[in-house]
Amino acid sequence: MQFSRDALKAAYTRMKVIREFEERLHVEIQTGEIAGFTHLYCGQEAVAVGVCEHLGAQDRIVSTHRGHGHCLAKGCDVDAMMKEIWGSREGLCKGKGGSMHIADATKGMLGANGIVGAGAPIAVGAALASRVDGPGPDGLNIAIAFSGDGACNQGTTFEAMNLAVVTHAPCIFVFENNHYSEHTGFQYAVGTARDIASRAEAFGMKAWRADGTDFFAVYETMREVLAHVRGGGGPAAVEFDTERFFGHFEGDPQRYRAPDELSRIRATRDCLTKFRASVTSAGLLSDSDLDALDTEALDTIERAVTAARAAPRPTPEDVLSDVYISY
Amino acid sequence: MSTMMYRDAVLSTIMEEMERDSDVVVLGEDIVGGMGTPGGPEAIGGIWSTSTGLFGKFGAERVIDTPISESAIIGAAAGLALSGKRPVAELMFADFIGVSLDQIWNQMAKFRYMFGGKTRCPAVIRMAYGAGYNAAAQHSQSVHQILTGMPGLKVVMPSTPADVKGLLRTAIRDDDPVIFLEHKALYAMSGEVPDDRDFMIPFGHARLTRAGGDVTLVSSGLLLGLCEAVADTLAAQGIGCDVIDLRTTSPLDEETILDSVETTGRFVVVDEAPPRCGLGADLCALVAEKAFSSLKAPPQQVTPPHTPIPFARELESAYLPSVEKIEAAVRRVLNWR
Repeated sequence: MQFSRDALKAAYTRMKVIREFEERLHVEIQTGEIAGFTHLYCGQEAVAVGVCEHLGAQDRIVSTHRGHGHCLAKGCDVDAMMKEIWGSREGLCKGKGGSMHIADATKGMLGANGIVGAGAPIAVGAALASRVDGPGPDGLNIAIAFSGDGACNQGTTFEAMNLAVVTHAPCIFVFENNHYSEHTGFQYAVGTARDIASRAEAFGMKAWRADGTDFFAVYETMREVLAHVRGGGGPAAVEFDTERFFGHFEGDPQRYRAPDELSRIRATRDCLTKFRASVTSAGLLSDSDLDALDTEALDTIERAVTAARAAPRPTPEDVLSDVYISY
Repeated sequence: MSTMMYRDAVLSTIMEEMERDSDVVVLGEDIVGGMGTPGGPEAIGGIWSTSTGLFGKFGAERVIDTPISESAIIGAAAGLALSGKRPVAELMFADFIGVSLDQIWNQMAKFRYMFGGKTRCPAVIRMAYGAGYNAAAQHSQSVHQILTGMPGLKVVMPSTPADVKGLLRTAIRDDDPVIFLEHKALYAMSGEVPDDRDFMIPFGHARLTRAGGDVTLVSSGLLLGLCEAVADTLAAQGIGCDVIDLRTTSPLDEETILDSVETTGRFVVVDEAPPRCGLGADLCALVAEKAFSSLKAPPQQVTPPHTPIPFARELESAYLPSVEKIEAAVRRVLNWR
């Protein structure tokens, strides 16, 4: 791998901002200040960042109900996202979407999605748009469908994979296998009892597998995947084995976990800890470099929360706008 | 003006808009027809003949023949639209919204609102609807009552070739998602169509097709013709009907309906969808709420019964609104007290 110190710092910062964004929400939700349902991405940061560090604004992604990490990794504004989750009219979606419906098309982020499995066909559509436009100097713009091991059981995902293969669409199906679809284990719910990538292979596309808690494994895998898809090789799939540090939703008692499971995965499968160990042992960055980035990330989140708390609330009239462009 | 069939108005409008704007793409199952067969691409050209010749002219990137995957078709249309294209997706039968409803209802209809007015989803979903071919319960339905109630969608129901031309062009150039409902029994209808390649009919503007002044008859699609036939029969007997073609059920032209009812005081709505929570009930509520003091008789609905659509010829005929049922409803409101 060839990373400059700046590139390493940027990747670490993105992961750390996602981590602190989510850890802070976990605290704030318990105060009752934030309304609605929230699904935290903690533990999976290396996937979103390892994938999106390769992408430009012309590449598009479609996300899930657990979408904060994908949004931040694709460049959505931290303050505007926090305001959205607080329900402010200055939020990224004017307080009309909330946690599960954050989008910023100008950044190529076509939406988190409250319906499990709904995103994959939308990503194929974005990839077909790129096929109409044809390749640029760096090949085709691509579209990515982020899906979990839950969404891999939805028919929409199957339809989307087949349509992508049939139309040779430059679409990448990124499956984040965190071993839980809501409150049900992967071993029970995925009938192949093996993996998800083999399903993608069965649909006729090339598939990769990698450790989703290792940023460098994600990044290097995606380099290969993107070369294949941007070069016109057709759709592809990647399955990243990863961990979810919180419950399905905030408030989930997680009685399905083994007694020591959360402490064990936090100790052994934390992508930030692993990143730190890699770069310090290789002498690329020092602990003090990373500590400084940690402090910056915490400051970023503190500022975002302060701004979200002070941001103006929507008014009853706002209910009626933004349904149509013209009506 | 040219004379053409309803189905040719669909095809020629799509053709013209694809020539005009390279962002317009079409997708759907069998819209090319024959892909992967000895007969080869365009062996069929779409079962309704509304996409014949598009593939040869515009190629596989812009004319996307899909597997039978309705969720993926509509979802892909949503993704194309969010990515700057103007997809025109075809659902072969309107009844198939059942398997793709999430992508219509939870996705494209809601994007703009959920995302704070910052996205555009200029997708058209065309679908063939309606009874009359003994195609029974899963290939004959009128689905506008389901879709009209969904905020974020526009719903269009043309009743003539000229309206197809003007309304479909408006739909393709519109920046919101539009459901475009084509009645199967109208595909072979012939009519005069303007040649102007910018001919457009704005949404939300109903058309008064008969002016009579005694009774207001409101309909759309295939049943509009039945209403006109009843109006013509009654006109010969000295009874005047205002016949209103809604053209779009969302947006709804309330003004044209209410203006007529304020004159006639008698209201009959004729609709091909079942009676409960439907367009007929919606319009009866509208005139009861907003034109109550003008009413001389209770508003009447002529709709099929609250049953699925039956197969046998006798049963389907009994199920559907007819000129006899419409005329009876008109006489009921005329003879009230």
